Amino acid sequence: MIWNEKIETMPLEDLKNLQSDRLVKLVRYVYDRCPVYRKKFEEAGVSPSDIRSIDDIAKLPFTTKLDMRDNYPYGLFSAPREEVVEIHVSSGTTGNPTLVGYTREDIKLWSEVMARALCCAGAKPDDIIQIAYGYGLFTGGLGFHYGALEMGLTIIPTSSGQTKRQLKIMQDFQPRILACTPSYCLYMAEEAKEMGLDPRKGSWRIGIFGAEPWSEAIRKEIEETWNMTATDIYGLSEIIGPGVSQECTYKEGLHLFSDVFYPEIIDPETGKHVPEGQDGELVITTLTKQAIPLIRYRTRDIVSMTTAPCRCGRTSPRTSKIKGRTDDMIVVRGINVFPSQIEHVLLGIEGTHPHYQLVIDRQAHKLDEVEIMVEVDERIFSDEIKQMRALEQKIKKEIEAVLSIGVKVKLVEPKTIQRSEGKAKRVVDKRVL
Amino acid sequence: MKIRQISVFLENRKGRLYEVCSLLGQAGINIRALTIAETESFGVLRMVVNKPDEAISLFRKHNITANLTDVVAVEVPDRPGGLAEVLKVLSDGNINVEYMYAFVEKFSEKALLVFRFDDPSGAHRVLTSAGVTVLTEKDLPNL
Amino acid sequence: MEIRYWNQRLETLPRHELRQLQLERLREVVGYALQTPFYKKRLPKVGISSPEDIRSLDDLKKIPFTVKDDLRQAFPKGLLAVDMEKVVRIHSSSGTTGIPTVIYYTADDLDRWTDLLARSIVATGAGPGDVFQNMMSYGLFTGGLGVHYGAERVGMAVIPVGGGNTQRQLQIMRDFRTTVLHITPSYLLHIHQRMPEFGLTPADLNLKKAWMGAEPHSENTRLKLQELFGIDIYNSYGLSEMNGPGVAFECVYKNDLHVWEDGYIIEIIDPRTGEPVEDGQEGEVVFTNLIRHALPLLRYRTRDLAFLHPDPCPCGRTARRMSRITGRTDDMLIINGVNVFPSQIEEVLMSIPEVGTNYQIHLSRHEGLDRLTVKVEIYSKLFTGDLAALEALKNKINEKLRASITINSRIELHEPGSLPAIEGKAKRVVDEREKL
Repeated sequence: MIWNEKIETMPLEDLKNLQSDRLVKLVRYVYDRCPVYRKKFEEAGVSPSDIRSIDDIAKLPFTTKLDMRDNYPYGLFSAPREEVVEIHVSSGTTGNPTLVGYTREDIKLWSEVMARALCCAGAKPDDIIQIAYGYGLFTGGLGFHYGALEMGLTIIPTSSGQTKRQLKIMQDFQPRILACTPSYCLYMAEEAKEMGLDPRKGSWRIGIFGAEPWSEAIRKEIEETWNMTATDIYGLSEIIGPGVSQECTYKEGLHLFSDVFYPEIIDPETGKHVPEGQDGELVITTLTKQAIPLIRYRTRDIVSMTTAPCRCGRTSPRTSKIKGRTDDMIVVRGINVFPSQIEHVLLGIEGTHPHYQLVIDRQAHKLDEVEIMVEVDERIFSDEIKQMRALEQKIKKEIEAVLSIGVKVKLVEPKTIQRSEGKAKRVVDKRVL
Repeated sequence: MKIRQISVFLENRKGRLYEVCSLLGQAGINIRALTIAETESFGVLRMVVNKPDEAISLFRKHNITANLTDVVAVEVPDRPGGLAEVLKVLSDGNINVEYMYAFVEKFSEKALLVFRFDDPSGAHRVLTSAGVTVLTEKDLPNL
Repeated sequence: MEIRYWNQRLETLPRHELRQLQLERLREVVGYALQTPFYKKRLPKVGISSPEDIRSLDDLKKIPFTVKDDLRQAFPKGLLAVDMEKVVRIHSSSGTTGIPTVIYYTADDLDRWTDLLARSIVATGAGPGDVFQNMMSYGLFTGGLGVHYGAERVGMAVIPVGGGNTQRQLQIMRDFRTTVLHITPSYLLHIHQRMPEFGLTPADLNLKKAWMGAEPHSENTRLKLQELFGIDIYNSYGLSEMNGPGVAFECVYKNDLHVWEDGYIIEIIDPRTGEPVEDGQEGEVVFTNLIRHALPLLRYRTRDLAFLHPDPCPCGRTARRMSRITGRTDDMLIINGVNVFPSQIEEVLMSIPEVGTNYQIHLSRHEGLDRLTVKVEIYSKLFTGDLAALEALKNKINEKLRASITINSRIELHEPGSLPAIEGKAKRVVDEREKL
């Protein structure tokens, strides 16, 4: 089933015309309403009248995470604040978080693309969906919720965590669709076995997994373990949340809803387009968003893209899974983590530049674990275990407050953290993704 | 009179205690009393040595996290009830013990008790007025 | 005082018309109830086999009470009145211990519920232009999503933060100039105590109002919090059996909670005899849900104690007002807004071999927040003297408890025989919290 057949199977030529129309309007819209964009355009020497079709997009300047940080909180808004009906916040690199705002129309758009994504994954209107992405500020939970609502699915909003309860809910209500991170799905299989359940007899037949990078090997494992079809979804809160692109049941790349999110693949060094099929940084322009439309937003995700038609009939371009990042961001249990955030916290506690290291590990079928090793020097050492534990707890609590995920803190002796050229190695990622 | 205890931060890994102690041995520093408090991931080695200043600079040189804490060391006769008598004095004097450890002297038939108090001066007063022998650092090399 | 309505006609409907509307809706839900295996068995026994058998509102009294245990027995589909295809939302208390309960909603049910929340919100004077920070948890707990929907309908800017993470809550309050909060009283108190840590005072914020619920609290606490923050605070009441929040809400007069009687029939009964008490008398609150068709509940005993005000409110709404909750008829504990039964804790503790038979549930308050401490005696045969093992045991007990009661507790290990040996689980609860 295709949710919006007219748009999703639109001939490429028509699609291009639609994109051109929308881009022309968008550029005028942000130029008139958002002083930050007006200034950016002026600095780039481009005026709205220079943009006549989608082919002119390369004349426009990029938008980066830095722009979002520098104009926090309301600087990038193009719609008046009163028209904003929902605000989400995701972690920034340090200090200020990244803000996402939605008007009522934006929520409709989000519902629409998520309904498309759910259909694309194989959902039918009479399905029951268990949404095990976190609800709240994280866009995963509510994004799926809105899409499922739009499609008329039965929603069980379990949110994340409480694995035994998730499994109990699955047994009690037999949902056919599961939405969560891929690592959590595998973790649940282990827990199921511990509870004496056979995952293959579980009710989930379609999994919609995202918020973290995962491989074909993991897909195969999930599909075999749970006897389900595992599909990949992509999105980022700056653009809308989940619902930017989604695999169809052929699982040959993620259909990017390019009538509303226009993709470009660029060389991150030069900023120039790369030939089709080559790896590069994904850049997205939100063609119809109202609250915070973004022009040429650099996602920092490395993918490749094809415009070749797909067997499912959708004409949208397809991207590969994420192949890497252009920065040092890591994704842990669906949450974006920047080493600079940890540094910021430790600096606040210790008062000087700390020696620390993040170790990320995933035991087979377990959840990602983040261990933060912090070197103990005389300034923070005490002969009393109580004090040391209190320090450990304080570091743990403050980091958890910033990252919104549980971490382990390990106090280690000085000089035990590997250094290269005098600089400590900040991240050791032992996971096989 | 307070004496200085050396506390060392140790990770729980094999051979680490040996490494630290052998450093002291090679430098001719004698451990008079010692205890380890452990948690799941790290431990704190606490000890009274005959040359605390030398010990601390040795550790610093080797990049081992260590510091000095004031503790009170008392000597009690090594016989049943010896410790209890001292504890009674403290309890009657309303003195709170953070932690303590004990060491038996081979030749003197005395036991060495090392106390960490939140109020070392008060503890010192209570102990001496009850006639308990409180050691000074000068006593350490003789033990 | 400016009085705004969301649905003026329904909110000011003359009492006799309101009763007529209740009767029509009662007939409708009885019709749905008769589709469920549970009520199909129960209602004909009292002479109700079709909606027409309800001739007047007095006929409601013929219907036996429904209690929490009925919900458990009817799990999962004994109370489902519509085809599963019609159900668009499931909220369930499925836990790892005990028998779960479930609430189903159709799209129309959600729509009607959302409308009552919109009404509640507007009754407190909030509306478009307000920035609303929702600090109740989202997910299976109805508190978060319910009010989210209502605020969205009214047209506020919703920030769905959910519970916890005080630092982030404060940062968001400051940066987004939040005007309205939905919060538990203990958390609001906590927020106030933590503000200096982040160099903030209420004057740095733009707060105007808070809706406070999920925990019983006194008028003094409201007044104190109003003064500390310089805001208006309104009481909110609801329970998932009656959809969730928005069953009763205070209006701008803040003189107790208007029960939206076109959505819920309220009765106050003597919990021992089941007979109605007079208006103004305290008793157990009993509700009949008039707006949910997927899972109808008739005369549901909430176990909450309260009383009804007989006199009308100056705001012009004809819905009667119920007092704040004055107590419970059972031993349920409310810890930071989460409902916990001592029996859940006992069940978990007794499943852990290292734990002896004696334990104590200790409640205290720190920085405004409730703290649950579970003191357990360790089973001496399993004591090894290994500190790390004791730490691990504490973690294990906390993990297992959290899986059942969803909140963290501090575990204290005690020597065998050191805790008072008391029969009966209620007496094992030591509640040292000052009343809010």
